[in-house]
Amino acid sequence: MADAAFLALTVITIGSAIAALELRSLIYGSIALMGTLGGIAGFFFLLDSPFVALFQLAVYVGSIAVLILFTVMLVKRELIFKAIEDKRRKFAGIGLMLIVMVALGAVFLDSGIKTITTDDPPVDFRDIGTDFVTYYWPALILMGLILAGSVTGALVLAKREDVENDQRTS
Amino acid sequence: MTSELVDFTLVSVALLGIGIYGLAVKRNFIRMLFAVEIIINAANLNLVAFGRFLPHSGGQTLALFSIAIAAAEVAVGLSLIIVAYRMYQNVDIADFRSLKG
Repeated sequence: MADAAFLALTVITIGSAIAALELRSLIYGSIALMGTLGGIAGFFFLLDSPFVALFQLAVYVGSIAVLILFTVMLVKRELIFKAIEDKRRKFAGIGLMLIVMVALGAVFLDSGIKTITTDDPPVDFRDIGTDFVTYYWPALILMGLILAGSVTGALVLAKREDVENDQRTS
Repeated sequence: MTSELVDFTLVSVALLGIGIYGLAVKRNFIRMLFAVEIIINAANLNLVAFGRFLPHSGGQTLALFSIAIAAAEVAVGLSLIIVAYRMYQNVDIADFRSLKG
């Protein structure tokens, strides 16, 4: 049964990743990106990692995808539907994609990864919580500071300079 | 669980290839951000898959860190898009060349 779910998730994830890059409208593209991110969350469920899957759903599908949608809506209407791409590079890009896929895929298929299977029970999410507050606590604090700094930086960057103070308050 | 580690890595390789194609071909700033997101998700999938099959909690922990940092990256990237769009009225990266010598 897991195999059918795996195949379905693979089709959804890869199909919507291609759609996110190739659909003409940026709005539909960002909705397709949501499909990719949700598909990855499904893979996390299949890998017995419900905590990471829910984190992925909350952070990626819930906030990042909506943030991208709102940014797309700020862009001019004709730019949303205009395909801006290097025509000359299209075939080179497809070739590069195929080379990466074939080369890395051959390396993985030829390596010992194929023989790795597991019957061990999945990692308990309580262990992850324990890891966070014991071993990784400096990294956790640093991550919080980086997040706060980057969000503040993003707000400062996006602030309009040309609006005068009196206009802003009125 | 009947799917094996190599299946998840192959999906991840496919997503990486699609992301590289997007970065190489597209000139739309927003589409390039999509491609970067797809590549980051391919990496996260690998982390969680290897963490499950080893099995070790480090994979999931690192994936959680990666997701949080990616959120910060998207916030900064989107604000850069807004600033660049306000300056050039376009999202084509070929137009953003004021730093070009």
